[in-house]
Amino acid sequence: MDSALIPNGVRRCSINKFMIALAIAGAVLLWGVYAMFLCWFKGLNQTNMNDYYGFALWIWADLAIIALGGGAFFTGFLRYIMGKDELKNIINYAVLIGFICYSSALLILAIDIGQPLRGWFIFWHANVHSMLTEVAFCLTCYFMVLTIEYIPLILENKQIDKVPFFHHLSHNMHSVMAVFAATGAFLSFFHQGSLGGVAGVLFGRPFAFREGLFIWPWTFFLFTWSAAAYGPCFTLMVTKITEMVTKKKLVKDNVVELLAKISGWMMATYIIAKIIDTYYWANVTAPSLGFNIMHFYSNNSFYGLWILFLEIILGGVVPAAILITEKGRKNSLARNTAFVLAVIGVCVNRWVMVLQVMAVPVMSFDTWALYYPSWQEVATTILPVAYGIILIMISYRYLPIFPQEPELNPVD
Amino acid sequence: MFPFNFEWIWDMSHIVFMGGLWYALTILGLGMTYCIIKTIFDIYKGDSHHDQGHH
Repeated sequence: MDSALIPNGVRRCSINKFMIALAIAGAVLLWGVYAMFLCWFKGLNQTNMNDYYGFALWIWADLAIIALGGGAFFTGFLRYIMGKDELKNIINYAVLIGFICYSSALLILAIDIGQPLRGWFIFWHANVHSMLTEVAFCLTCYFMVLTIEYIPLILENKQIDKVPFFHHLSHNMHSVMAVFAATGAFLSFFHQGSLGGVAGVLFGRPFAFREGLFIWPWTFFLFTWSAAAYGPCFTLMVTKITEMVTKKKLVKDNVVELLAKISGWMMATYIIAKIIDTYYWANVTAPSLGFNIMHFYSNNSFYGLWILFLEIILGGVVPAAILITEKGRKNSLARNTAFVLAVIGVCVNRWVMVLQVMAVPVMSFDTWALYYPSWQEVATTILPVAYGIILIMISYRYLPIFPQEPELNPVD
Repeated sequence: MFPFNFEWIWDMSHIVFMGGLWYALTILGLGMTYCIIKTIFDIYKGDSHHDQGHH
């Protein structure tokens, strides 16, 4: 029925199968949209946030997807600025995943502000002393960059490409993509960093507070570094999931291994810096503020040293060790395990820097503030996942996302 | 926010923050304007890129 829209040289499932899968993901999406409208019409009392605990579950999701979406800017940087030509075979998918991540992040922020009609205040009445203002500026601009990078892909649809204006526009946008990619890398450096900076400047929260360089705490640089290191792992993990679902090889191993190798070395250097940062914080910064490390990992039913181990060792050292060795990269099982561990590692890092920061008691009369999200928060956090699956399904079906697919899966 | 808004102050924070935003928006705007104008010229000239690969 829709064969006229499907790219040349590839095979897709039947429209009925596609529509059923779309309906399942759509049902989850509608659940999230319902919860979103509850938050907008009834207010943030739909969440379990309170005056003590001001960051909902979705703020963790926001930071995590921004980090995971970092694969788009870093792969774009490698492809267009560093000239890694092999990455042209995965850059489309990296852009699509980045587009999904950043549009989801903006959607989450629109829910979080409670009054979306006043969303423009941050641009017009900007608080120029706030790192979050800078985050909002860069997120918005970088989302524009990702949209500009995604548009040529849409224009390459078989039917749209027949229109001369769109065909030429797509070509011309490709020809200046390096400018947009460089702008995106610049914007990403600052907003990823500022998200880390927000935690690092909280001098009233000794769990998050860090010293740094000039106005930037070390967390500023660690967040940018980790997004560049772990983002490509998420791109590669989603690529693998797509290959498993479609039962097709979509990207050649040399491309995957190249990106995995770069990501592995970025991760290895990041995790060394992170270990030094944690050691200095535990032995100098926190004691200077009257705390010892066990204060942050004891006397509660959830947060223990296990979370530090999960973030740094299992989610950092292990995947980095796998990906920097040729033997590890070439072994499909080990490589894919490294991608999953890396994604878990960066998500735990963002969880710790958002939710554990709020939970740790600061005053002598405080107790741990463990937080349980309401179903509306869970639904609005799952909403971007359903939205992402739907956009990937539609894009994969109708757009030439994977340039190597026809060669790897010849149609008889 | 623009310099003619009542909240505007000529200090480094406003210049860096808002200047950075306008700078990024200008690059994106000029880039897209270039692409659209060049596309119109290409159509007028009848250029074809059909045989050239993208990505």
